[in-house]
Amino acid sequence: MRTTSPALRRAWTVALTVAMLAIGLAMIFPIVWSILTAFKPNAEAASASPTLLPQTWTLENFAAIWSAIPFAQLYGNTIIFAGSVMVLSLAFDTMAGYALARFEFRGKTAAFIAIIVMLMIPYQAVIIPLYDLVHSLGLGQTVAGMIVPRSANAFGVFFMRQFFLALPKNLEEAARIDGASEWRIFTRVMLPLTTPALLTLGLFHFQFNWNDLLWPLVMSNSIDGATLPAGLALFAGQHVVEYGLLMAGSVLALIPLILFFLLIQRTFVTGIATTGIK
Amino acid sequence: MRFGRTVAGRQARAAWMFLAPGLALLTLFTAWPLLRTAYLSFTEYSLLTPPEWVGLANYRELLGDDQVMNALQNTVIYAVVVTPVTIALALALAMALNAKFFGRGIVRTAVFVPFVVSLAVVSIAFRFLLDPNYGLVTHWLDMVGLAPTQGALAQPGTAMAAVMAVGVWKNVGFYMVMFLAGLQSIPRDLYEAAQLDGAGRLQKFRTVTLPLLSNQTMLVSILAAIASFQVFDQIKVMTNGGPAMSTETLVVMVNRVGINNLEFGYGSAVSVLLLLLILLLSMAQYFYFGRKQVRY
Repeated sequence: MRTTSPALRRAWTVALTVAMLAIGLAMIFPIVWSILTAFKPNAEAASASPTLLPQTWTLENFAAIWSAIPFAQLYGNTIIFAGSVMVLSLAFDTMAGYALARFEFRGKTAAFIAIIVMLMIPYQAVIIPLYDLVHSLGLGQTVAGMIVPRSANAFGVFFMRQFFLALPKNLEEAARIDGASEWRIFTRVMLPLTTPALLTLGLFHFQFNWNDLLWPLVMSNSIDGATLPAGLALFAGQHVVEYGLLMAGSVLALIPLILFFLLIQRTFVTGIATTGIK
Repeated sequence: MRFGRTVAGRQARAAWMFLAPGLALLTLFTAWPLLRTAYLSFTEYSLLTPPEWVGLANYRELLGDDQVMNALQNTVIYAVVVTPVTIALALALAMALNAKFFGRGIVRTAVFVPFVVSLAVVSIAFRFLLDPNYGLVTHWLDMVGLAPTQGALAQPGTAMAAVMAVGVWKNVGFYMVMFLAGLQSIPRDLYEAAQLDGAGRLQKFRTVTLPLLSNQTMLVSILAAIASFQVFDQIKVMTNGGPAMSTETLVVMVNRVGINNLEFGYGSAVSVLLLLLILLLSMAQYFYFGRKQVRY
């Protein structure tokens, strides 16, 4: 058996701490830089000898972004889009994942394979027919047209299936013997056990749709109907020089995501721990 | 009716009721558009007039098209580099962040944050950081004597490296968390048993950690590979496929040909090519890991 001296172990811990703090810092450097740049006056943001810290701190970018693009409108659109998709998709993904994990029935394997195949399809590859379809359903240029096609998600179904697979069988059998309906077993017995997974998947759905670029770009032909990242990308294309302004918009766009993540952080690893196992 | 009377029948009915809404939505908004993409790949279609059947013409054109071969090559290079690098870094970070040290929680959060933020938005920041005139990273490189004359994104070789680095940066935290979750589910006593048997650090990693992580490794490999083949946002915003098409991948090409040029038939054929590639690769990975999977 190998033994390490306390001194050696302490040196190792110090080295690890320093190295990991450096890595952590490097990982968030672009975000820290964005935040700092949002506080720089425009002339300084586009200076030929740039510095990390603003020489003059200003809030003018945060004030100007509201009038440069319909910022409040875009923010509202993004909240409605990402929020609705998250709620709807959580409901449908959870139900489907539950069926695939907890029941035996004919067609189960086929349904599961279909889900896996759909998981592999890049949505960019189906976006043209999807655009056609949404328009022929009369939902073109509407918020519903953006939301409905996203209201179930193959990754979500797969993720929830993995989670439900890991739950013990005797819980549901006890409830079944007591004469509970399948719906009751699902909502009262199994669903309360999935909170970590629901929060984790909720974050994935929220951030994926909050951040999505292509779908909102294709589905809205005016900047008023777009979401925040799409609006900022459009703006970046037209006004390449106003970086301070862009960074102010970007920073405001990041806030809800960071808050969401910080709120669910504690349960986050648990949510993934139980889904990766089977 | 027999359905619903037996226990198995009741189970099947309940199962389908749970499955139906999700499956119906996915069929309508994913599977059906996919079939339609397959159909459109045999047509000429520009949204203004109905699709016109042209048989294999698109595919014949595709095989001789230098742009397709270029995009295919870029996609494969991107995936072949980014997938293993991301997985290896994610595992290394998970191992390090599983050890106890001061500030562990903060570093875990810092590594994960890039996954949460919008790549489209941060790509604007990267474009600016690497700008030849105003970029802070360019400025720093210049100070240590690595003077980039035109900026990293303006040169074919470095532009690809830059979008790759951003791809790794973005996703490594997500896979790190998956590995971390796996590491935490490994029973402590297995390490103690290995220790008693005289195993060193490396041996414990090989005989305990890696085998017990095989499920996470499979999931992470498949997800990471699929994500690499679907890379879009950072390329669209950072380089838009340039310079000289050196960063144009298949998805970027689908976007350019299909959405911008309105050549939907040809764009669909490129989509089908991408899809076949992803399907083949995922199956290969599934069978490879399925064979090696450790049950416990």
